[in-house]
Amino acid sequence: MTTPVELEQTQVDPAVDEVGTEDRPWLTIVWNDPVNLISYVTYVFQKLFGYSRDEATKLMLDVHHKGRAVVTRGSRDKVEIDVAKLHGAGLWATMQRDA
Amino acid sequence: MNGWRRRGGLVVAALSEREAGLLRGLVGQVRDMLAARVAAIPQDELSELTGITAGPTTAPADRVLARLLPDFHREDATLSGGLRALHEPELVAIKDEVAGIVLDTCPVRGGRVRLSDEQAQAWLSALNDVRLALGAVLEVTEDMPDELPPEDPRATHLAVYHWLTWVQESLIQALAGAEGAGT
Repeated sequence: MTTPVELEQTQVDPAVDEVGTEDRPWLTIVWNDPVNLISYVTYVFQKLFGYSRDEATKLMLDVHHKGRAVVTRGSRDKVEIDVAKLHGAGLWATMQRDA
Repeated sequence: MNGWRRRGGLVVAALSEREAGLLRGLVGQVRDMLAARVAAIPQDELSELTGITAGPTTAPADRVLARLLPDFHREDATLSGGLRALHEPELVAIKDEVAGIVLDTCPVRGGRVRLSDEQAQAWLSALNDVRLALGAVLEVTEDMPDELPPEDPRATHLAVYHWLTWVQESLIQALAGAEGAGT
């Protein structure tokens, strides 16, 4: 909690790094919240990430029924930008390292 | 108001004077809250020199602002703080801009509103911000009733919240059109 992830990534010798750490992508998670409309969440997923209506609806339903969904994955930088975009649209989004 | 419609490439609706006043008031309040958040950031020589202000590293204590400006990570406070400092100024600027577009295009005394798609997107975001803010104040839950007992102090505000929900839903349907983003 006290070491920024950036430092961890650049200073740790890859040879002694935990196996597979570098390969684990970052995930953009959208959490269920009681205010955002089902139609709005679907619309935002289509607009921001170019999902088809069916794909966006499936992700929205995961958020709605399971409480969360992974909407994008990739490098830390990409996921950070995706979370910022979702915050701009008012969705409750966070990023985390894939388990 | 009878909802939003597509007409000749524009998205249009008619608001009564009372509806326009209500909407403008709420959008203005959210904008003021965000401006107060920015004003509370201490200025230093570097930011004065560069014109670039780093955002705060801690989440707002106020629950309305905390909902509008969420953390980036659920557990890692250091990561969240760093990313907040980096991204919050832009996030506030986006929310300020969409609020400004509503205030520029919503007639003070009500009447016809005609929006380009871009302006309609701004309305959609601003309406959502206002609903998030009201939702946080009212502690809205998923099974919120349509009405609260009249003696409940939240009853009037809940009616406004439901009206905003309806206005936003209607705007989504008009924007999504035949492709349909609604479910």
